[in-house]
Amino acid sequence: MTEIWQGFIKAIELIVTLDPEVMEIAGRSLSISVTSCLLASVMCIPLASLIHFHNFPGKRILINVIQTFFSLPTVCVGLFVFVLFSRAGPLGGTNLLFTPTVMVIGQMILITPILLGLTISALSGVDKAILDTAISLGASGFQVAVVVLREARYAVLAAVIMGFGRAISELGLALMVGGNIKGFTRIITTAISLETSKGELELSLALGMILIFIALIVNFVLNRIQQR
Amino acid sequence: MKNKVISSLIPVIALISLIIGMVGCGDSTASPLPPQERLRVATTTSLYDTGLWGYLEPMFEEQYNVELDVMYVGTGKALEYGRRGDVDVITVHSKAREEQFVAEGYGVARVPFAYNYFRIVGPAGDPAGIEGMSPEDAFKTLMETGIGSFVSRGDDSGTHGKEKAIWEAAGFNYETVRIAGTWYIEAGIGMGPTLMMTSEKQAYTLTDMGTFLAYKGKIDLVPIVDKGDILLNVYSAIAINPENNPKTKIDLANNLISFLTSPEIQELIGDYGVEEYGMQLFTPCAGAEPK
Repeated sequence: MTEIWQGFIKAIELIVTLDPEVMEIAGRSLSISVTSCLLASVMCIPLASLIHFHNFPGKRILINVIQTFFSLPTVCVGLFVFVLFSRAGPLGGTNLLFTPTVMVIGQMILITPILLGLTISALSGVDKAILDTAISLGASGFQVAVVVLREARYAVLAAVIMGFGRAISELGLALMVGGNIKGFTRIITTAISLETSKGELELSLALGMILIFIALIVNFVLNRIQQR
Repeated sequence: MKNKVISSLIPVIALISLIIGMVGCGDSTASPLPPQERLRVATTTSLYDTGLWGYLEPMFEEQYNVELDVMYVGTGKALEYGRRGDVDVITVHSKAREEQFVAEGYGVARVPFAYNYFRIVGPAGDPAGIEGMSPEDAFKTLMETGIGSFVSRGDDSGTHGKEKAIWEAAGFNYETVRIAGTWYIEAGIGMGPTLMMTSEKQAYTLTDMGTFLAYKGKIDLVPIVDKGDILLNVYSAIAINPENNPKTKIDLANNLISFLTSPEIQELIGDYGVEEYGMQLFTPCAGAEPK
């Protein structure tokens, strides 16, 4: 128990003193996950709207498949991306394995199902009357989508927060495709894994708390924007 | 309507610019486009847990103006990375597999650069009474009496390979050992965590001396068996053969190997940890197999 308390004190100490190594690792965690979450959102929210506003055969099955992939183990995504980008693999020529870029790509793959699935749910939750009104007022398909998306913005934002949470907290993928290289691909979760294996439990706990602290700030910023 | 659309877009734009700003800042400090080349080395965990790589890395980077990426994996994974050409050089410790790796054309040559000895460590009380035995007899006693648990790395690492070799030398088929009973625990983790688990369970395990000393303050275990030729633990560096993987950086890899076997660095390796642990962690052996 004392370790948890000491970890807490250590976390505060590392934040207050702006420990350069910890700040660097935290900054990298944040920038990689924000990038992947932003890119995935830009891709998924329109795509989810397309799926939601169109009826086509197999739509239910597609949504079921998307929801199934919520359970995608991070280490499996890691393995998939590793094999893809390994020098012996089909995208080996890009020379991206063990770089932050490939970590962003992996995280995008990881959170795409969540963003798609939860955005579709969010849109489904909008009162049908709004849709009908928009159509009766002569809105184009795109305008209707914008209106419904705006109505669903809280739930869509929740999807984005969820996606970000999964991206910043995952370990298996980052370890496998990033390689946990000091000063290059080491992020908070891989640092926790390394420090734990080195027996530095307090530092590991402190890093975990810093990760939560970052998530708190990101959520705070997003919520402030939403309330405007 | 139009105004509303625009005003609703403002927060979105604000968010995007904020994020781009953050990413921009993050990237400029986190991963500046490297002016120098990057050399990738995959290393066995023991050379990392002891801090040796952390100690040598900046010296190499400065001397050769190259960014060294050290990846902390087990020998098994390091060899796999090497086979796939995902790293340029590996530092590992599993002689038979290294020789096979080189014979198959994946590695240029096996260059030993340091060695130490494995130890069988366990609780101070030594419940199985194996102290002073040869490693082979100690394993035999563990197997036959079933007194005392044994934690195996179980991860195809160099240490795990050595453990298998001792079981074979003691006259057992490793597959029968694995299913011999609940006393045999396959951990599937690195050396440091294995020591911590062994300490929690007050069991026995096979460890390299370097990691054991580096963890000594955190665990409640003592060396039980420390004599026997079979316990020799040789670390070698292997450059990945560009014939099989043309994209690997053979010149930089060769630089790293000359660095490791250079007289100055050999001396530093020999002195490494002496001050902190009161004994030598690694005996340098520049390029030659220790006798």
